[in-house]
Amino acid sequence: MSRAGPVIILVAALFALWYAAAVPMNIREALTAAEREGVAVQPDTAVERRDANALGLVLANPGQIPDAWAQDRPRLPAPHQVAGELWQSVVMEEIEGRRGLLRSGSLSNRGLLLHAWITLSATALGFVIGAMAGIALAIGIVHSKTMEKSVMPWAIVSQTVPIVALAPMIVVVLYSVGLQGLLPKAIISAYLSFFPVVVGMVKGLRAPDAMQTDLMRTWDASGWQVLTRLRLPASMPYLFASMKIAVAAALVGAIVGELPVQGGGLGARMLAGSYYGQTAQIWAALLLAAALAAVLVAMIGGAQRLALRRMGGAA
Amino acid sequence: MMNAPIAKTVVSARGVDLTFETADGPVHALKGVDLDIAKGEFVSFIGPSGCGKTTFLRVVAALEQPTAGEVSVNGMSPDEARRARAYGYVFQAAGLYPWRTIGGNIALPLEIMGFPKAERTRRVREVLELVELGGFEKKYPWQLSGGMQQRASIARALAFDADILLMDEPFGALDEIVRDRLNEELLRLWAATGKTTLFVTHSIPEAVYLSTKIVVMSPRPGRISDVIDSPLPRERPLDIRDSPEFIEIAHRVREGLRAGHEEV
Repeated sequence: MSRAGPVIILVAALFALWYAAAVPMNIREALTAAEREGVAVQPDTAVERRDANALGLVLANPGQIPDAWAQDRPRLPAPHQVAGELWQSVVMEEIEGRRGLLRSGSLSNRGLLLHAWITLSATALGFVIGAMAGIALAIGIVHSKTMEKSVMPWAIVSQTVPIVALAPMIVVVLYSVGLQGLLPKAIISAYLSFFPVVVGMVKGLRAPDAMQTDLMRTWDASGWQVLTRLRLPASMPYLFASMKIAVAAALVGAIVGELPVQGGGLGARMLAGSYYGQTAQIWAALLLAAALAAVLVAMIGGAQRLALRRMGGAA
Repeated sequence: MMNAPIAKTVVSARGVDLTFETADGPVHALKGVDLDIAKGEFVSFIGPSGCGKTTFLRVVAALEQPTAGEVSVNGMSPDEARRARAYGYVFQAAGLYPWRTIGGNIALPLEIMGFPKAERTRRVREVLELVELGGFEKKYPWQLSGGMQQRASIARALAFDADILLMDEPFGALDEIVRDRLNEELLRLWAATGKTTLFVTHSIPEAVYLSTKIVVMSPRPGRISDVIDSPLPRERPLDIRDSPEFIEIAHRVREGLRAGHEEV
């Protein structure tokens, strides 16, 4: 409880900053709209205002500050506008919309929930593929010098290629072999999420010290026994830490994968928002994606606590 | 020889050399080591760091390969003996897995060696009683003191009933009081099980108190400078350490250590 106070103050400060930033960002549009309605603004032509400093415009027209928080298509929507858009697209659309859950029995393609679900399924599938591939590669790297020398550099190179450049190519290549829909996006997700797992698990599988591997040797344990009874359990803290990064990366991958595919999802929703200047829609999708990431990371954290409690609780 | 001369030789080393190639040139960890250890003996290896006492133990355990010379364990090469699970090894740190209970840790070598479940349970209980940790089976390592953890690791080495026990400074990280108590227990354990024990230490009283034979080693190159057969009886109360015989052996060990140092 003692921490609630400072947290509230910090969040309030962030909101205040957001509101403050929205004023100069949106003042030009607010002034143009006010001018059209016949309100006197300083300077009074759009041409003069174009070259003026945004902060100067705010100071010259303090009366228009509230307008800056109420634009239809603001450059930076105010928090309450984003909240309103979230409420509309998450709740009201399903209740009142023609294609909403209440009237059609399925999630509306104009609401955010359907798109969030599409993104979540690609993220989940991609994360599972990526994590498995990452663990498998790490096991290979730890057991074989050849694998380490041949795989690790490529794994690192793979992460230096910008995913936005790569995603359309992956989609096109997979489409040409007949794969479309969920899988291409999941593969882009997996592409981003396997790497932290490889790095984390290589470290984790090598965590047991020489004494512990010597001990295994004195018992004449097989490689498989050393892996399952020593290396894998010892790597669990590393696995969960890297999976937290991986699941967030998987979400980014799914969103980026949705940009070229246009088959729905939060990424498609953001792109559509930017086409039509619906900044509130972009921000709403953005916030929902962030919330999704937070929930996914928290789920991994929960799984970690469960697993570590089953493993003796002290680790 | 103090003990029966017909006693079977369990560990035999002939002219063992071991040289590590390092960036600073070769390091002679062992040079011309000859040693015979009979069945049921308790042999301590004592010497300053770098004298090769741990290395010799690791050679016997096939954790290091000698560069020259012959080592045989139970009439086999060390590696064959390792595969035959001829020895239990106790390290300086207990090395218990934090994610396994004490019982689970002791059962681990039994699992690896393919003992059936009922047999594992029976043996775990048995060795826990032996090291006086009965009832701690379900506890996790962090719930035990350092001395108890080390007892559990000895129990783990005893669980699969190998006839040789290799101990590399098992009590080195423990305080004097706990160490005395564990020394007493170890003697009792040794008397009860009759296992041939190779014990590395750098404590003179510990070596003299425990051993039937004390191997004094010196560094650069690592070699044996003296082998002392202890005249002390097998039955040894703690206060034997105040007896003249004890003090005399301790003195000889100290002399051996000093001589090894002056030669360098």
